[in-house]
Amino acid sequence: MSEIIGYIFIIVGLSFDIFGCIGLIRLPDVYNRLQATTKCVTLGTCSILFGTLVIKGLGGTGIKALLCIAFLLLTAPVAAHALARGAHISGVKLWDKSVCDKYEEDTKNSRQ
Amino acid sequence: MIRKLKYLRWYLGLIGIFLALLFVIIYPIPSLLWWQSSFLSRCFFILMICFGFCLFRLMRGPTPADRAVAVDTLGILIVGFCAVLSISTGRDWYIDIAIAWALQSFIGALALAKYLEGRGFDE
Repeated sequence: MSEIIGYIFIIVGLSFDIFGCIGLIRLPDVYNRLQATTKCVTLGTCSILFGTLVIKGLGGTGIKALLCIAFLLLTAPVAAHALARGAHISGVKLWDKSVCDKYEEDTKNSRQ
Repeated sequence: MIRKLKYLRWYLGLIGIFLALLFVIIYPIPSLLWWQSSFLSRCFFILMICFGFCLFRLMRGPTPADRAVAVDTLGILIVGFCAVLSISTGRDWYIDIAIAWALQSFIGALALAKYLEGRGFDE
């Protein structure tokens, strides 16, 4: 029974992963790609690790998987934020149809 | 007319994605080793397709920021790959490799972000 529940979690995680990677190919801009891949791939990998926890039970492997989930949820948004800031400072243009750019306005106001 | 062609392209892409997923689910993959069930070998196959997408974006990204994003995504995918490996082989130390890889990928992403910031034109 626990194996079936764990396999269902793994299937959900794999579908999140593959939709995130389709977004990495199809979306037009660096920032859009970063948004798609960070949310989808982080959630998908955390779901795969949770499936591992459900299958293996609360032994050594399950506790390590839980630790890995906590670590991934802490570090992946920080890395994505740093990458977005670096890309904006490096001078990558936004997409043509983007509506607003708040970070540019803030840096202009702070410079004046 | 052009707008109708655009919708046609979208529908063709959706049908292509669903056909590819059906092909992955239905096609009988021979298991490579004796411990692999067919379900877990399909998991490896889907993760390999994700790796291929990331490597495509890594190969022809227009800007260096695209390549940094692809490397970060590849690092997170390898953590899930190690988790599936630890289920299929029944060995514990693949999860240790996953934890170490997550930490190293985080530090690598921070270093790439610092490298991108250093290439600004006016700061």
